[in-house]
Amino acid sequence: MIYFLCMVLFAIGLYGVLRKRNLVKIILGLVIIEYATHLLFILIGYRMNGRAPILAEGEVIANIVDPLPQALVLTAIVISLGVTALVVSLAIRIYDRYRTFDITKIRRLRG
Amino acid sequence: MSILPLFVAIPLAGAFLTSLLGRRFKGLPDILSNLCTASLCVISIVSIGMVRGGSTLVYKLGGWMPPIGISLVLDGFSSFMLVTVNLVALLVNIYSINYMLRYTAKWKFYTLFLLMIAGMNGVVITGDLFNLYVFLEIAAIASYALVAFGIEHEELEASFKYAVMGSIASSFILLGIIFLYSYTSTLNMADIGRVLLDKGPGRIIGFIIPMFIFGFGLKAALVPFHAWLPDAHPAAPAPISAMLSGVLIKSLGVYALCRILFNVIGVGESLSLVLMFLGAISMVVGVFLAVGQWDLKRLLAYHSISQIGYVILGIGLGTPLGILGGLFHLFNHSIFKSLLFLNSGSVEYATGTRDLQKMGGLASKMPVTGTTNLIASMSIAGIPPFNGFWSKLIIIIAAVQAGRFGYAFWAVLASILTLASFMKVMKYGFYGKLNEAFNNIKEVPLFMRLSVVILAIICVAGGLLLLNGIFLEGARDVLLNGTKYAAVVLRAVK
Repeated sequence: MIYFLCMVLFAIGLYGVLRKRNLVKIILGLVIIEYATHLLFILIGYRMNGRAPILAEGEVIANIVDPLPQALVLTAIVISLGVTALVVSLAIRIYDRYRTFDITKIRRLRG
Repeated sequence: MSILPLFVAIPLAGAFLTSLLGRRFKGLPDILSNLCTASLCVISIVSIGMVRGGSTLVYKLGGWMPPIGISLVLDGFSSFMLVTVNLVALLVNIYSINYMLRYTAKWKFYTLFLLMIAGMNGVVITGDLFNLYVFLEIAAIASYALVAFGIEHEELEASFKYAVMGSIASSFILLGIIFLYSYTSTLNMADIGRVLLDKGPGRIIGFIIPMFIFGFGLKAALVPFHAWLPDAHPAAPAPISAMLSGVLIKSLGVYALCRILFNVIGVGESLSLVLMFLGAISMVVGVFLAVGQWDLKRLLAYHSISQIGYVILGIGLGTPLGILGGLFHLFNHSIFKSLLFLNSGSVEYATGTRDLQKMGGLASKMPVTGTTNLIASMSIAGIPPFNGFWSKLIIIIAAVQAGRFGYAFWAVLASILTLASFMKVMKYGFYGKLNEAFNNIKEVPLFMRLSVVILAIICVAGGLLLLNGIFLEGARDVLLNGTKYAAVVLRAVK
């Protein structure tokens, strides 16, 4: 169920990117897509009532949270930060040139 | 000492030093980046000898054993792609010594350029799925920035479009990787292959494959996902157009798609049909869109879509001959398409326009550009004895042998239309009456000529690669082996 909600979040982001006309809203849609992906990744590693994966002397660990997705998501967050920063700076430059954020008015390129 | 990490380390170090010292010392970025790409080109050619006879090299990052640690894997297919990427990168780099003087801040260009090469080499050489995603994003982010390098209206718009679509594709790839991880509990590509063989493909695989096809298909600009390419490639500076069309869409798109589908998941009958259909539709739609274009670089960009279609069609056939043809066409396309884009850059450098209707008779003023462009046009149109002819011939023969007469027919048709559109380029652009405005133009500077001449020589001599098998057949055998890849890599680790 909770995985399904992640996919709904993903779909909301996709809708934002595809349907919105404002550059800023498109960027927000992109961010939502990335959040949905990261959230799903964390949830896949999560175990109900699990504990932190710390190995200790003489202790039997039965139910731990998978630490690998958490490490990977950190990398993925840094990557999406880079992409978002780049896209935002592009949007600022576009605003400088066209004086608008509306993509229907930014149409120098055909097709 | 292993050479495997050098493919990523050299360009990364080059990018670091260029950004650190480039502002202070004017001539340094040129020398440094050319040294980097030249040494990469040499070691990638050395690597062909190391994987001869189907041997596989594995480098364990930090000494951790593979399913736990990240590994770099060099086999025939990787080595083939490394040669393609680094050869084109070297020649493009030589070209940009003169060309990039048109722009300010050359050192920023070289930094991004080397980062892009590091990303592409990393994608090709890695043996770990998440690592592949990271390198893919390094190359992609560098390419978004490079498309916007001119920061004019068109460049920014194209780059924004490319960045948005590219990040959606990356998200889908990451989603596919997440589901694959949740099913197999491992990220090493060889280990995933092993687990999938043991566990058998569950229903989730049917959910993962479309995600990878969408994600990598968008990076490779296959037809339903091609909308960004005709904007992004013409907007970039000419050397970057050559890199994007020549190698980026192949190493990020075609290579990664083939590696995951063939070697990790395994290709069945239905998947092969999907690949062939995507290939054929890109081939035909791309060329139809190209015929009507008057902007030289836009026309070339549409042809990239069409030629990628040939590559995917050949590989999708799944027969030994088809895969050989597809890979050979991949190599040839990266050579002649980068040559064509560099020539379009030369034309823009000399005349300041990309509109074919405003050109005319340029061959008399620019003999080197005219001749090399003629060679490249004949290669892409598939006229013997140039390299494009041999690879298209192999793909068509393979399609006929596999009983796919319809696809063979479409391949021939697309080839004829390609010929027609390049006759238009040569007629309007290089022959015919010279436009009065261009009476005073000169041939382009030395380094630009040098690099296009070398590319033209490879175009003419490219067919000879078929005689000496190790280069292409090593790559073909890896794809033919399919999911045996897991066993091969895990054996090489020990």
